[in-house]
Amino acid sequence: MAGRLKATKKMKSIMKWYYIEAKYARYLGKKIAWITSGGPVEPLIAMNIIPIYPENHGAMIGASKKGGKMSEFAEGLGYSSDVCSYAKNDITSSITKESPIKGGLPKPDMLICSNNICGTVLKWYEIQARKFGVPLFIYDTPFVHTEFTEEAREYVNEQTKDYIRFLEKHTGKKFDYKKMKKVGKLSLEAMRLWKNVLETAEHKPSPMTAFDAFFHLALIVTLRGKKVVVKYYKQLLKELEVRNRNNVGAVDNEKYRLLWDNLPIWFRMRWLSEKFASHGAALVADTYTQAWCGVIDYVDENDFLSTMGEAYTRIHLNVGVDQMADTIKKFIKQYDVDGLVMHSNRSCKPYSFGQYDIQNLLQDEDIPVLMIEADMTDERKFSDSQAEARIDAFMEVIKQRKKEK
Amino acid sequence: MQKTAILTRFREVANAPYAYLRKLKSTTGKQMIGSTCAFTPEEFILAAGAHPFRIFGESESLSGADAHIQAYGCSMVRGMLEDGLSGKLDFADGVVFPHACDSIQRLSDIWRLNIKSLHFDVLLPVKLDTPTAKNYFVKVLQRFGKDIEKALGVHITDNALKEAVILMNNLRRRLKRLYTLQSEKPGVISGSDLAAIVKAAMVMDKQEAVTWLDELLVLLENEQGSQEKVKRILISGSVCSHPDIHQMIEDKGGVVVWDDLCSGTRYFEGIVDEEKPLVEAIAGRFTQRYVCPAKHLGVSFQMENLKKLVSTHKVDGVLFMILKFCEPFSFDYPDIKEELENMEIPFLLVEMDRHNEVDEQMRTRIDTMLEIL
Ligand code: SF4
Ligand code: SF4
Repeated sequence: MAGRLKATKKMKSIMKWYYIEAKYARYLGKKIAWITSGGPVEPLIAMNIIPIYPENHGAMIGASKKGGKMSEFAEGLGYSSDVCSYAKNDITSSITKESPIKGGLPKPDMLICSNNICGTVLKWYEIQARKFGVPLFIYDTPFVHTEFTEEAREYVNEQTKDYIRFLEKHTGKKFDYKKMKKVGKLSLEAMRLWKNVLETAEHKPSPMTAFDAFFHLALIVTLRGKKVVVKYYKQLLKELEVRNRNNVGAVDNEKYRLLWDNLPIWFRMRWLSEKFASHGAALVADTYTQAWCGVIDYVDENDFLSTMGEAYTRIHLNVGVDQMADTIKKFIKQYDVDGLVMHSNRSCKPYSFGQYDIQNLLQDEDIPVLMIEADMTDERKFSDSQAEARIDAFMEVIKQRKKEK
Repeated sequence: MQKTAILTRFREVANAPYAYLRKLKSTTGKQMIGSTCAFTPEEFILAAGAHPFRIFGESESLSGADAHIQAYGCSMVRGMLEDGLSGKLDFADGVVFPHACDSIQRLSDIWRLNIKSLHFDVLLPVKLDTPTAKNYFVKVLQRFGKDIEKALGVHITDNALKEAVILMNNLRRRLKRLYTLQSEKPGVISGSDLAAIVKAAMVMDKQEAVTWLDELLVLLENEQGSQEKVKRILISGSVCSHPDIHQMIEDKGGVVVWDDLCSGTRYFEGIVDEEKPLVEAIAGRFTQRYVCPAKHLGVSFQMENLKKLVSTHKVDGVLFMILKFCEPFSFDYPDIKEELENMEIPFLLVEMDRHNEVDEQMRTRIDTMLEIL
């Protein structure tokens, strides 16, 4: 048994100090920006602004199994039961202060919203902008159904300039281009390391599973551009490489390798991981955590600012369904997987609509696909018994096929 | 012509829009270009000599769509896809997908992968209130013009575009006048007729619609509204294409004096400035008029706008008709609701499973609200 990754403890401590710093930001003379998970965080880091991610908070709420209850509270205010539960958790927490972090998230001084993950965040951030009475910047990334147009490139690049002006205006400070250069490099380095971390899972047996990735993702999402992230992923990478050298798998006796699509089901992480492991199956890769290193090639290390527009626009959720299918095909080969598990996530329409067509596009791959109906934080929308039965049946198919091969 | 005869003609189109379009295609030979959202710049389609029309999601069953979009997609998106998959739209030469909500984005992908026809993505900005975004909007329209030219093998002349702008403006002014008459003299036309007219206008040959509207307006200008005091209702939401709703409201002494719907005023609000450079002017209409909640025009636009509509049209009660699973509209509701509570304006939220169906529960709730007013 591989046991826990040692880096886990380190990560918890980094996150703890990050939230403590944010809590006392005012006393430290720092400003706080709430930002969407796919938003361009690097300019904030360069400006010494503390980025806070309500989605990360939403995930923590989900993991603490409070998502259903907190969504319900928002529904009592009139929010529909069918909208994204991250948004509802956040709306609730900002009123009730209920949170896995003591006192909830620190109040924002500004909001930064990029719609490269969905249109939901636009509505959500409008709501919070009204509530907190703080300025909102929208980094608008045209959808790349088939092509990234010249005018879209110009548009996002112009917005990078607007963004900097916005930050200068609301901090009263000049933008620090020199520091930005460093931050850009560090961010890219962190993304590369994150990619290396994920790619250790190509090894058989895989030293980590998607469940580990979901957990260790927090830093690349929240603090990329900071040194501590680079340092941390180096440590994690080392640990995983040692496992690989010693052929230590995250799942005992790994027999089957699976790929996960969509957000995690935060409130059933352990259950799912144990369930799959009981069949000798490891979820070795996923489309979600790969999103934070999928666009490395678009960024110029020496000119982060003028290339980040394209990179932020072309992320996994902002491209056509056929491109998403191509990414999945790539992972199927790269990680040599035996099956695909798709989380049909009621909260996240842009991630989930198109999953059936992705299945159609995968026909040539000849790979079994399981679809689990759930929600990333709202446990009211999940049935253990149904999921269990479907996972068991799916694993039977995989076992049969592997035998025949 | 008699009022009823004119209304019947509109109703015929609204009841069977695709039959009308099929006929229009065979008589004019025009290429038919469908659109999935009110953000379609129809002027370019007209200027290219083609015919723009709105896809409504007319299908009753959704069995084809079920294989592509999960049941937690709104019925509009699922219904439109069903229309496409089932062959109901086989007369359409192409479909336009303006950037709107997340569901329409994915609908575009799914459509492109499954239905053979010309495909136009119009990658509009989501924010409309900055110079950068406005600039980009113009470029997107220019590209759309070029895409249409290329796909249809035509050249769009400035003259043709200007004519299209004038024609659309004419249509918009008339629809607006019709609505204004209803607000000034509630009951001058029945709500279901009015809804049918807007729906028909989204489908019909635009010049024909203008002519019919002219005939109707002449008659209505001289008519009186309801003699009794009516309860003035505003409907707000995405799409509500069911004529029964109006009947229900009118049976209880109400009249819908205005709406804030994609299937209503959002189609015709705003006029393109005919004096300005054309493409900029078309973009200008979209970025200035009141918008759909999937777009951004300041953080409180929807609340302020609704308040304005309520006071302009002296609304007694607001009916929110929101399609189940629709994120853009449902996220705005709680804050709008609070504003209405402060204004002491009664309101009711009806969540619709299907945009083209009215169920018993909805009926009871709407009845109750009107009785209270
Ligand atoms: S879960 Fe989906 S809908 Fe919700 S914020 Fe994330 S990307 Fe947007
Ligand atoms: S009703 Fe809502 S979810 Fe459906 S297409 Fe319209 S905006 Fe999108």
